Amino acid sequence: MEKEKTLKIEKIKKGTVIDHIPVGRALKVLKILNIEGDIGQTVSIAIHVKSQKLGLKDVIKIEERILDSSELNKIALIAGGATISIVEDYDIVNKFEVEIPNEFSGIIKCSNPKCITNSNERVKSRFVTVSKKPLILKCHYCEREMEGEEIEENII
Amino acid sequence: MWLNKDIVSIGDFSKEEILEVLERSENMVSYAKTGHPEKPLRDKIVATLFFEPSTRTRLSFESAAMRMGAGILGFGALESTSVVKGETLIDTVRIVESYSDVIVIRHPMEGAARLASEFAQVPVINAGDGAGQHPTQTLLDLFTIKRELGKLDNICVGIMGDLKYGRTVHSLSKALSLFKIDLHLISPETLKMPKHILKDISTKIKVQEHEDLEEIVQDLDVLYVTRIQKERFPDPEEYKKVAGSYYLKTSHLQKAKKSLIIMHPLPRVDEIPVEIDNYPQARYFKQAAYGVPVRMAILDLILRGE
Repeated sequence: MEKEKTLKIEKIKKGTVIDHIPVGRALKVLKILNIEGDIGQTVSIAIHVKSQKLGLKDVIKIEERILDSSELNKIALIAGGATISIVEDYDIVNKFEVEIPNEFSGIIKCSNPKCITNSNERVKSRFVTVSKKPLILKCHYCEREMEGEEIEENII
Repeated sequence: MWLNKDIVSIGDFSKEEILEVLERSENMVSYAKTGHPEKPLRDKIVATLFFEPSTRTRLSFESAAMRMGAGILGFGALESTSVVKGETLIDTVRIVESYSDVIVIRHPMEGAARLASEFAQVPVINAGDGAGQHPTQTLLDLFTIKRELGKLDNICVGIMGDLKYGRTVHSLSKALSLFKIDLHLISPETLKMPKHILKDISTKIKVQEHEDLEEIVQDLDVLYVTRIQKERFPDPEEYKKVAGSYYLKTSHLQKAKKSLIIMHPLPRVDEIPVEIDNYPQARYFKQAAYGVPVRMAILDLILRGE
């Protein structure tokens, strides 16, 4: 917890801290969590913060909100290596690194317009992680591979 | 292992499984002309759901089913089906599975066969899904090479034409990378093999890219030619210029090995002139004919497990 001392933002009483976000990605993380405008809770954002582990990082603290597994998977896709701390009464009750699942469905849509998942069929998109570094995902249905910005652009 | 197996993507096959299909196909060659004497699939019904027009694939599946004694169920024009009323693929498949023992499907959307296979209780064979997979084409391509050359290892294969959009060449290259093959990819700069496929196959076999067939024709054991489609080029003049450089000429054959085999998934347009049809190296009509024994073997494997 001593690293917290170097931060320019306050500890939170209850909620989620997303730490070790690759520098410059905090706004993207906010976007996929649909945090825009006033959401009725305090959200603190620190961009370009010194980090022992990464050199530089971004940090987000969201009060009164615990992220669900789908949100955590989305964060893993765009901010690999980010750590999540669940805070209750100023104490961290759970801390873990986000991890890209080997297989997942529904979080992003396939970038291939001719993919059956982009038709009127009642089917959720489904992906297999081909590689984590660099991140390459393969559509379970059309087998098209996606990487980099293409993945970010297609997060649902 | 084979009974009720879905045939969706060539990527689902191991090398051993591919070789087993090819071996079974070999046994079917003579029956493809006369019909299997035992009619082993006489109690089975093959449903052909073709949501997209097709000549060779559909006819060769239907011929294969008949040669094995099976019945065939299908629809003619899409206009006469409930698809035009907005019925989903999933619903169509759920209905047709109760009428048949296997569903052969061609669909314009990529991944359609995989989706169908997840809902159907009966096995599903992908007969081409848009620009996606067409595994039985790949199996018949491999069968042609093996039967016409006598081997699938230690050979030099050239694939020429549209390597960017051509689904048959993507699946074929991946399947070839399971064997000991020197692969040469011949295409214009704008129609090169997609990077992710190139990366994948380059880790397994030696692959070289060329822009001119002249550079390599003398070394090839197999030349697989594909059509360069007009619609890939916004400028018709540019199309003529580029496509013309990837037409096979009789002068190429003078340089080539006598044992070379020329293949093409058909239909061809101008990329192989008709005078080449009479050369002993031309095997593309044989290749199309092999669609029947290969599909007979596949139907037998998944409907009877043997």
